[in-house]
Amino acid sequence: MLLVLEQALNGLQYGALLFLLAAGLTLVFGVMNVINLAHGSFYMVGAFAAAFTVANTGSFLLAALAAVVAGALYALLAEVLVIQHLYRRSHLDQVLATFGLTLFTNELVSLAFGRTPPFVDIPPLLRGSVEIVPGLSYPLMRLAFIAAGALVGLGLWMLINRTRLGMLVRAGADDPEMVDALGVDTRRLFAGVFALGGLLCGFAGVMAAPLLAVEIGMGERILITTFVVIVVGGVGSVKGAALGALLVGMSDAMGRALIPGAVAGLLPSHMADTVAGGLVSATTFLLMVLVLLVRPRGLVG
Amino acid sequence: MSESVAAAIPARADRRVWLALLALLGLGVLLLVPQLAAWLGKPFLVGVFTRFAIYALAAVSLDLAMGYGGIVSFGHAMFFAVGGYAVGIIASHVAEAAPLLGWAGSSSALVVWPIAVLASSVLGVFVGYLSLRTSGVQFIMITLAFGQLVFLILQSLEAYGGDDGLLIAHRAEWPGLGRPSDAAFYYICLGGLALWVGLLHRLVRSRFGLVLRALRQSERRVANLGYPARPYRLVAFTISAAGTGLAGAMWADYGRFVSPDMGSWTKSGEFMAMVILGGVGTLIGPVLGASVFLGLEQLLTGLTERWLIVFGPLLVLAVLFARRGLIGLLVR
Repeated sequence: MLLVLEQALNGLQYGALLFLLAAGLTLVFGVMNVINLAHGSFYMVGAFAAAFTVANTGSFLLAALAAVVAGALYALLAEVLVIQHLYRRSHLDQVLATFGLTLFTNELVSLAFGRTPPFVDIPPLLRGSVEIVPGLSYPLMRLAFIAAGALVGLGLWMLINRTRLGMLVRAGADDPEMVDALGVDTRRLFAGVFALGGLLCGFAGVMAAPLLAVEIGMGERILITTFVVIVVGGVGSVKGAALGALLVGMSDAMGRALIPGAVAGLLPSHMADTVAGGLVSATTFLLMVLVLLVRPRGLVG
Repeated sequence: MSESVAAAIPARADRRVWLALLALLGLGVLLLVPQLAAWLGKPFLVGVFTRFAIYALAAVSLDLAMGYGGIVSFGHAMFFAVGGYAVGIIASHVAEAAPLLGWAGSSSALVVWPIAVLASSVLGVFVGYLSLRTSGVQFIMITLAFGQLVFLILQSLEAYGGDDGLLIAHRAEWPGLGRPSDAAFYYICLGGLALWVGLLHRLVRSRFGLVLRALRQSERRVANLGYPARPYRLVAFTISAAGTGLAGAMWADYGRFVSPDMGSWTKSGEFMAMVILGGVGTLIGPVLGASVFLGLEQLLTGLTERWLIVFGPLLVLAVLFARRGLIGLLVR
């Protein structure tokens, strides 16, 4: 039972990470109709910026600042140089150009920081763990991650539903030409949304840096899972991204907790490990297939 | 009005002559590759051109789905990998004399390769059936996700090398050739490519191909004429998977090695890049694209180990400025 509870918390934490990435990606898709493979690169850039700052200043707060600024700036740069020329292009063109951007960023980062993954320590304030229920203590850093995910979710909801900017974003997603005709500078609006996505990626990068490996290619692995989140939740919807992130995070964590035991009971031991390993990594995708069969357009939308 | 039509017809004819000439010239060079390589004293060129034939086969197959069917699959490397692993797994069972599900295995390419094609076709039906419930951007994401799933499964196949991949002791045998030499193997791959392109050439001009292309232009109109979209697309997707699987089988016998990297998402991206660089929706475009891709790889890896730092921006520029690919630049 404690194991299940602990895995539920792990699932929440993974879900929070996925949400930070999926929210930006789905907004960019909803508003600008762009599929952006380089989204994972912004996350990687954020994580590396954080690692670099921590190594040089020792301050996690500065690292967080560096990560969000680096994520947002790199995203803005990509938007101005490449992405804005793709808004009216086919998805195929968008995929290919952002694929090129991803290859480039990976090499650039490995050129700048070398091939050995940097190490980021958990900041002193968030070290140690808390006893949540008797017998289960849980790392503070992961709890902070969950809280950060929830706060960002709340903030995004306020931004989109309660501010003028959010109104424009929603209007832009519905009918960009009309918004343009009403005198809103959609160029700047789009660039702003894109930079916001990059900022969220940078934030995800600094939060994940002490928990996961900071390495080349970290962005793409999680990007593919983020796509699953978006497909499950419903493309273009931030609410869907939140729901999808929770579902994917939870099913992954529960899969890790429950599948090995279940398989060990069914199969001889020399096969059980392989089968369980395969099934665990397949959980996320099985969830996607299941949702797809019932609701091809995703849960929300 | 009639003048512009009259002007357009010779332009089209010109285009065809151009393409035919280009194809003939290319074929002539391709047929002489082993001799030329020996004459130049660069035997490794045979390997380069074998890779070209294999990549071109995969790219042409992908273009059937992408260019003619309008089905943008970002997971085609999974078929490449499954075709390759089918060959690798059978070869490993033959080498260890351990029957595979009660079957002693075979070392004849005429048995092993069709099994590889069948395996990737079955996967194609499965993935296509599920993914084609969606379209557009979701389809891209879902095929990417299925590709990743196959990649992860291959990584967890400890019995067949897991992460490290699987060495193949011997190439599959061909009637009259035994285990083919590098030059003979090159001709086999080139022949396979030519046959497949010929087959697809007939396919896209058949009734089936017409419906497929019409569906890409307007699904609603075609549906109103009584042709359901999904079955047609599923068949196209499966044929495309079969061709990519054949390329995977060739790749396995070419390098005598298979690894999960054959199914990595970047491989899918590379196949897409070849199609787009060459020209979407033509049969010769992807072949050209594959040659450009390999040429660039050969050239840039000679200059720097980090060739992707040049190739990435080149790809971006190609998308932004060469909108119809190399074919579009060559034949206006």
